[in-house]
Parts: sequence; C-alpha cells; structure tokens
Amino acid sequence: MTTTPLLALRGICKRFGALHALTRVELEINAGEVVALVGDNGAGKTTLVKVITGAGPADEGVIEWNGRPVRIARPRDAQSLGIASVYQELALCESLDVVGNLFLGHEICRAGVLDEVAMERRARELDLLDVLSVRIPRTRVPVASLSAGQRQAVAIARALLSEPKILILDEPTAALGVGQTAHFLDLIERLREHSLGVLLISHNLGDVKAVADQVAVLRLGRNNGFFDVLTTSQEQIVSSITGATDNAVTHRKTRPWEATR
Amino acid sequence: MTGTEASGDIDRNRAGVVTGRPSARDPRIGDRPPGLKGHASDFVLRLRSGELGWVPGVCAVIVIWTTFQLLDHHFLSPRNLSNLSVDIVGTGLIAVGLVFVLLLGEIDLSVGAVSGLAAAVFAVLNVNSGMPEWLAVATAALVGAGIGALQGFFFARIGVPAFVVTLAGLLVWNGLMLYVLGANGTINLHANGLVSVLTERYFHNRAVAYGLAAVGAAAYFLASYHDERRRRAARVSSRSLGEIAVRTGAVAVIGFAAAYVLNRFEGLPLALLIFLVSVVGLDFVLRRTRYGRKIFAIGGGAEAARLAGVNVVWIRVSAFAVSGTLAAFGGLFLASRVASVGQTSGSTNLLIDAIAAAVIGGVSLFGGRGTPWSALLGVLVVQSIASGMVLIGVQTSVQSMITGGVLLAAVVLDSLSRHSRKSHGVVL
Ligand SMILES: Nc1ncnc2c1ncn2[C@@H]1O[C@H](COP(=O)(O)OP(=O)(O)OP(=O)(O)O)[C@@H](O)[C@H]1O
Ligand SMILES: [Mg+2]
Repeated sequence: MTTTPLLALRGICKRFGALHALTRVELEINAGEVVALVGDNGAGKTTLVKVITGAGPADEGVIEWNGRPVRIARPRDAQSLGIASVYQELALCESLDVVGNLFLGHEICRAGVLDEVAMERRARELDLLDVLSVRIPRTRVPVASLSAGQRQAVAIARALLSEPKILILDEPTAALGVGQTAHFLDLIERLREHSLGVLLISHNLGDVKAVADQVAVLRLGRNNGFFDVLTTSQEQIVSSITGATDNAVTHRKTRPWEATR
Repeated sequence: MTGTEASGDIDRNRAGVVTGRPSARDPRIGDRPPGLKGHASDFVLRLRSGELGWVPGVCAVIVIWTTFQLLDHHFLSPRNLSNLSVDIVGTGLIAVGLVFVLLLGEIDLSVGAVSGLAAAVFAVLNVNSGMPEWLAVATAALVGAGIGALQGFFFARIGVPAFVVTLAGLLVWNGLMLYVLGANGTINLHANGLVSVLTERYFHNRAVAYGLAAVGAAAYFLASYHDERRRRAARVSSRSLGEIAVRTGAVAVIGFAAAYVLNRFEGLPLALLIFLVSVVGLDFVLRRTRYGRKIFAIGGGAEAARLAGVNVVWIRVSAFAVSGTLAAFGGLFLASRVASVGQTSGSTNLLIDAIAAAVIGGVSLFGGRGTPWSALLGVLVVQSIASGMVLIGVQTSVQSMITGGVLLAAVVLDSLSRHSRKSHGVVL
C-alpha cells in the first residue's frame, strides 16, 4: 500500500498566546478509512479540527491534499476541497429552519433566486432527515425547537449534503441516544464503504473500537501514538491517552504510513 | 436493519449512504385540521408561543386610528391620510435600512444623523455650489453608503461594539452636518427641483392608484399560485388554494381601500410609490437571495454562519452600508417634505422613530427576525401617533414622552415574546 493519503497534516503547530495548543502534530487520513482521534479534555482535538476546516488556521505546518500542499485559511477553502465537518458545539443557525440550515453556504438557486422548493425536495429525496433515524417533525421548523439529538442529525445531514470526500465529526455521539448511536455507527460504516475518509473524535472508546481503523492519540497538544484498532488493546490506548505510556518516540516509529514505506 | 438499508446499492449516490429508516411521523404531533381551519389553528398556536409578527402593529394601527378619529374627526379624512402616507416615507426608508442591521442582531444609532448629513450635503452641493441635482443626490447617497461601510468596518473588522461605533457616529455626523451647513444654518431647496418634487408629485389620474392595487394583488396571487404549483409537483409542504385566495383577498382589500382614499384627495403620491417599490425590492433581497439568507443566518448565530463558510465581515459591512444608504435617501425625502435642510434635520427623535417603527412592526432587536414590511407597518404606527398628536394639539414635550414610551413598549413586547418563544422552544 503506497497510496498517498487523501489528507495529511505535517508538523502542525498552533498557539493561543503562551499556550502551545498543538505542537508538531502529524495525521493522515486515507479514503475509505475511519481514523479516530482521541485524547483527554483540552488535549487539542477541537483545535486540530479547526485547523483542518479553516475555522482556526495553523501557525505552522503543512496540510497536504492528495499529496499536494494546500492552504486552508478560511472555512470556504476546506469546503471547496471537499472537507465537511460537524462541530462539537453544534454549529446551526437558530434563526433558520431545518432546510435553511441544511443548505447554508451552498443554497440552490434558480436565476439568482433561492429555490426553496428544490431545496426542500432535495432534503426530502435524500431522506437526510432520517439519518440516525431521528425523526424531525417538519422540515420547516426552526432548529431552535429541536432536541440536541435532532440538531445533531441536522448537522450531520448538512455535512453529508455537500458530498464531501472527508467528513470530520467532533464528538458526534455525545448528544445521541442508544439507538441513535448504533445507527450512527452504521452510518459511518456506510460512509467508509463509499470511500469517504472519516475523522472521528470521541471519548467513547467502545465506539472507537467498533468503527475506527486507526486511532491517533493526542496528549497535551502532541501526538502520543498511532494504533491499529484490530491489533491494539483498549488498555494500551487508555494508557496512551492518560500518559502512562509517554513513549511518543517509539510510537512514531510504528506510524502506519512509515511502516509500509 | 430495515429494508431500505439492506438494498444499499453501492454507487456514489448519497441517498444510499444516508438512508436510515423509512421516514415515520412522530406520533406525538397532532394532525393539523385541513384547509382554512387548520391555518387559523396554526396561527393561534404561533401567537400563543410568542410569535407575534405583524399582529401588534396592526392592532396598534386600529387602536390609534380609532382613538384619534374619536378625538378629532379630521384624522381619517382623505387629506390627513394622504399626508400621512407621504410623511411615513422618509422615516420609513430609514427604518427599512435599519432592518438590515437589526436582522444581524446589531443596531445603528447613527441613521438619524446620517440622514441629516446626507440632506445637508445635497443642499450645499446643489443649492450653494450649483452641482446638477442627480449628481448631488448620488453624492449624498454615496456619503451615506460610505459612512455605513466605515462604521461597519469598525464593528465587523476591528470588533468595536456596534452601538458604540454608531453612537460616536451619531455625534460626529451631526457635528459634520452643522459644519457643512455653515453659519446661516438653513438652506432652502429649489422649489421645482428633483428632490422637492419627490414629495409633491401626485398621480392625479385615478387609474394609477387603482391600477397599482390591482397589479399588486394580481402579482401576489400569481406568485403564490406559481409557487404552490411547483410545491405540489415536488410534493413538498404546500398551502391550500383557499388560503392563497384569502391572502390575496386581504392584499386586494387593503390595496383598493388605500387607493380609494388616496384618490379622494390628490391621487397616488409619488413618494409612496417609491417607498412601496423599495420595500418590495428589499424584501425580495432579504428573503429570496443568498445574500439575504446570509444576513438571517448571521443574526441567528454568527459563529455558526462563519463555520458554514459565510464571509461574516463582508456581510456585516455591507448591511451597515445599506443602512447608511437608505438613511441618506430617507434624509432627502424628509428634506423634500419641508423643502429645506436646517440645523434640526436628522434629530435624535428621528432615530427613535426609526427604531420604534422597526421594532413595533415585528423586527426583533435580538436578530434574525423581521422584514422590510415590518418597517412599513411600524412607521405607519409611529407616524400616525405623531400626526394625531399634532392634529389635536399636544405639546412637543408630551409628544416626546409618548414617542419614548411607545419605543419602550415595543421593546418590552419584543423581549417578552422572545422569552415566550424560548419557553416554547422556539428561540429567537
Ligand atoms: N480560542 C482559544 N483561545 C485560547 N485557548 C484556547 C482556544 N481554544 C482552545 N484553547 C485551549 O487549547 C487547548 C485545547 O483545546 P481543545 O478545545 O482543542 O481541546 P479538546 O481536545 O477538544 O477537548 P475536549 O475533549 O474537552 O473537547 C485547551 O487548553 C484550551 O483551553
Ligand atoms: Mg473538543
């Protein structure tokens, strides 16, 4: 396997004043691969997501898309590459209805005029609102009146609607019920079958073990190990998250893409 | 696993990717009764949950008109109503511009001062320096747009709170207006000039007013009907024909009643026509274009909009520029009404009236709610009160207190209804 990864981060650094939120972080995502990003609270996972999506660009480091370096300075840049994301703090606009939120940023227009009918029909056709089997009463209700899980479903549907090549999910199961979580994991597997790259951030190692191919651990803003899910025990991952095995150097050697080179 | 899922054909079809279960209705949602009855019950539900919309404005108009008519039977005379329809235009345009900023959840306190400055710029250039009228009008509009954009820049780019920027602006532009007007203070506009004519021209031909009412109703009907046909064809939620008929009927009744009254005086005022066209046009921009959608989006969550790829800074700057431009045009209409520009042009009262108009008409100070039509309805309320008070001879000091009270009442209503919407789960 010598394919170039779809998305690769090389030496990403990000500072907030004196705080080094990310230090020389490396990450690779291949098409059709689910990479889990785990780490304690404040490890820098959301910060890394924002680097990838252009919401909070890196100070240093290179982002490669299909092997070519790209600049992601604004959310638009990431969108046009084909990166879609669902943020931890659900990023929906309260003043718009469900359809308005689904299409925000890529509205369907006819001769420069918003085509509400087409947008509503498209939403219906794709059955997006049945993602996760969360029922949404009507497509025209304001999102403010939805439950957290329903909003989550809208946010995920929204990300999928742009037909992304990479989907980034920041703690997507936090607001979901048991049934919905199971459904969500099914959804991720379907996405993998359709050769999307998925970056999944989760504190639930059970979920991670269930769907992820690779696990990348972040600790205090640094890489602290890359694991193959099939061959790694949960204890190993936990100790890497908590810092019991702080041997980032050894793990660096076993980075999957270096091992295969 | 359900049937749809198992049949997942492996193409790049996203429908296959995301289809979970076949859609099922939430059993807890009651069926809406069909037809008009359903519409009525929906309406009551919305009111209960605090979604007041145009209702307070319409009630206010009815109460105010009845009260003043009882106090002075000239109030509802064709002459007074016709004058009222011209009086609302200046403040109305300012309020419509303000709607753009209010939708963002921000405020522009400088609109009154900007309108005065723009009028002064026009008067000085045209009357004192002899610049051609169209050029002076364009310059005044550009001054308004430039000021709006500048204030928008300070707010959106530098991050100064909008109310502080525009409060500073209020003083600066008012000072600049006095400076531009110079020592003698008042400049009289050319009697038959373009700007003077704005509020003096009437279409005496009765057919114009009736024709406008007819065209308005017909256009409304055709647009709704066309939309419904498409909705039906696409099988998405649609209104019944009965509902469209009732709405069109309401539009026609209001339009023809207004035309009848206006024709009993001098006919359709040019100023009113311009105002109506502006409201229709800007309403279209806000509700039917990408630009407008972005304004609403920012009003309901600027960070969410930014993450969705909306250029928040640019939209904010442009909304302030729209507000400034319309303030400038409003100022020209106000100057036209009194045929002069003086030191009292663009007073603070004007600002209060414009804000009150927008809020009474149903624009929320918290962003994301309202249309230019709200400004039209609200300015009708505000101007009716002002005109009625002048008619029955209320002192200016009392007028001031009443206007302030009306603004407070409108804002209280806005806050209460927001609170109620929140407790009903419909935030904003
Ligand atoms: N905008 C910001 N300004 C300053 N510091 C920030 C900012 N955003 C994040 N940080 C800091 O960066 C560090 C990493 O935060 P981040 O949100 O990426 O953590 P996380 O891994 O997503 O945590 P969690 O699991 O709680 O979501 C934290 O110490 C946080 O305080
Ligand atoms: Mg986080």
